[in-house]
Amino acid sequence: MANLMHIQNNERLNRANIPHLDFNSFRKELLDLAANGGQIVQFFAYEDQGTFKLLAIMRHNWKLFVAGCDAPDTFESLTAESEKFHMFEREIGEQYGLKADGHPWLKMVRYHKNYTGKKDVFGNDYSEDIPGKYPYFTVEGETVHEVAVGPVHAGIIEPGHFRFQCCGERVFHLEIQLGYQHRGVEKLLQTVPFKRLPIIAETIAGDTTIGHGLCQAQAIEALAGLKVDEGASIVRTIALEMERIANHIGDLGALSLDVAFNPPAAYFGRIRGEYLNLTQILGGNRFGRGLVRPGGVTHVMGDEQKQLLRDKLAELTPEVEHVNDLIFSAPSVLGRFDGTGTVSHENAEKIGLVGYAGRANGLPYDARVTFPTECYSDLPANENEKTDGDVCSRATVRREEIMHSTALINSLLDRTEEAASYIPQEVELSPDSFVVSINEGWRGEVSHCLLTDEKGDILRYKVKDPSFHNWTGLALSLRDTGISDFPLCNKSFNLSYCGFDI
Amino acid sequence: MLKVIQNRLEQGYRTSKYPKEPIELYKRFRGLPKVNSKCDTALVKRCADACPQDAINTETKQIDLGRCVFCGLCETLSEGEFAQFSSNFEMGTSSRDDLFTHGDLPALAEHSKKHFKKLFGRSLQLRQISAGGCNACEADTNVLNTPFFDLQRFGIQFVASPRHADGIHVTGPISQNMRQATITTWESIPSPKVVIASGACAISGGPFYGSSEIIGDLNSLIPVDLYIPGCPPHPLTTLHALLKYFK
Repeated sequence: MANLMHIQNNERLNRANIPHLDFNSFRKELLDLAANGGQIVQFFAYEDQGTFKLLAIMRHNWKLFVAGCDAPDTFESLTAESEKFHMFEREIGEQYGLKADGHPWLKMVRYHKNYTGKKDVFGNDYSEDIPGKYPYFTVEGETVHEVAVGPVHAGIIEPGHFRFQCCGERVFHLEIQLGYQHRGVEKLLQTVPFKRLPIIAETIAGDTTIGHGLCQAQAIEALAGLKVDEGASIVRTIALEMERIANHIGDLGALSLDVAFNPPAAYFGRIRGEYLNLTQILGGNRFGRGLVRPGGVTHVMGDEQKQLLRDKLAELTPEVEHVNDLIFSAPSVLGRFDGTGTVSHENAEKIGLVGYAGRANGLPYDARVTFPTECYSDLPANENEKTDGDVCSRATVRREEIMHSTALINSLLDRTEEAASYIPQEVELSPDSFVVSINEGWRGEVSHCLLTDEKGDILRYKVKDPSFHNWTGLALSLRDTGISDFPLCNKSFNLSYCGFDI
Repeated sequence: MLKVIQNRLEQGYRTSKYPKEPIELYKRFRGLPKVNSKCDTALVKRCADACPQDAINTETKQIDLGRCVFCGLCETLSEGEFAQFSSNFEMGTSSRDDLFTHGDLPALAEHSKKHFKKLFGRSLQLRQISAGGCNACEADTNVLNTPFFDLQRFGIQFVASPRHADGIHVTGPISQNMRQATITTWESIPSPKVVIASGACAISGGPFYGSSEIIGDLNSLIPVDLYIPGCPPHPLTTLHALLKYFK
């Protein structure tokens, strides 16, 4: 660890101060840290004055570390020794044409031409439609059959392609091939006028509008030296918790529907909307669009809004408790939740599950506790006890987090600081700088990393949604599980297609 | 069983009376903007320059609701002098041109195609396609199936198979990677069929306009019959548009 630099969440650094190692020691440092329980926050390539470089940000024991190196065109894969890097190395190959040699699972992540004009790592011709030369995992044998689903699914949901290799009803392996939602977000963020950045950040994953919006706002505040007042921090924290509650409630309802217990699904379907409406009271939009901006929040939370929020929460909270009790005390529900879609603790650690999926697996990491932003440093944490790694654990964590978030919002509503009125301002980012921003979105760790060039323009904008870690978890949860349990497993993770595909 | 009954009693009847009775959204909601066409040109230009979506035309002093994401910045900058977002959520149009507006949209019911009303007025089955959408449009469309909106009481349903559908409801800027799947789904629907573009993305590329990874305009791929603006459209915006256009 000696050659890695210890940094803080949302701390601006001069890029020149970041340790720049040779590739071999960079590789060794990262692998050592990974072997000691370190997890990857960001690992990506970028171009700086004609040369290609790698940058890694890892977390270990409540600390963040950063280091970089020059990127060889072909480099010795880290994934060959630690699975934690596997998705990141695939992404580096796809975005910059830099090949991780010896990667056991080197496939496209999203299907698009690389940014550099280097020879394509996967041998694709991108004038052809997706999936190109995607090397699907195959299982062979007389009794093996394959079920292919998507990209267009049977519902109002995002597109993705799934292949189940089965023996009878039992799934050997699930291959998840994504990329259909790729909109070129990172490239846009690096090239469009500054005024467009918040709008794009809020639509990286629509259900995580506040999570991604907050990461961007904090990163820009760090780079531009903007201060956020306490009142604005309160509104931001409430908005993030409201987003968490709405999504957890919607998913618990959907889980109930997936085991054919319809009443809670109908109740929670409606109640989820009530929480979205509370976000609309805060900022005029059900998803929190247009609320968080670099420097503060666009809407002050006055006494009127506070009272509306308090009254509605007082009305909804008992209803939520009762519906949850209805779900979790029904033997027919628990019979389906318990022991279904289990990911082993060992595998969860290996692939670095985050958010409630991680916490349901005994990985207690919660960015609100470990790297607190906004009001989180003086708010109590939730500690979950059920950690079996199955559908039931993931559902239970979410049930607990709904009540925990409600308590947080209620305590924040009692604070008296009010945000200053929002005045849009021109900002200048400090040149040759680096910042990484981390927040605990409702799915888990959301992170944005920005590098600026010598003029203060954005040189590299890296986005990571928690789904980037967790899709692999869904694939693992299906192993040796009945194919009919797929909807249940899927909903218990409820991952973002667009957040992954960016 | 007792808990089922208890919860049922607590939940009661929650379905909205809309459209028989109007719904008042909280005043902060940003819906159809009122645009001051007599506003000072310099102020309009300031708003247009700052608009992240380049949705304001300085000459005509109109806002393009097909590009607008209703962030409210022009209202803040002009202190309501150029634009004021009202809480009116009724914004669907049958023509792309109508979305360039001073805040006065033509009555949708009078512009819908007569044969659509005849064909689909009693029963409309839609296949939803998410083509690069951020899942906000999708989520607020899905919500129409919850008890509050209860879309099915109007004879409108979202179905799984395009073979069972009367049309498509598209969200997202049509990523390059969803282009073929979007066309294939549309082609799988028997004629006559309708095409609905929902949200700024499907109408104009939305927040992602200019990206080489998207098509950005559904109409350039398949002729669109009904436009529902918003980022995302409020569920009531969608409900209003569907009812006015087809009923």
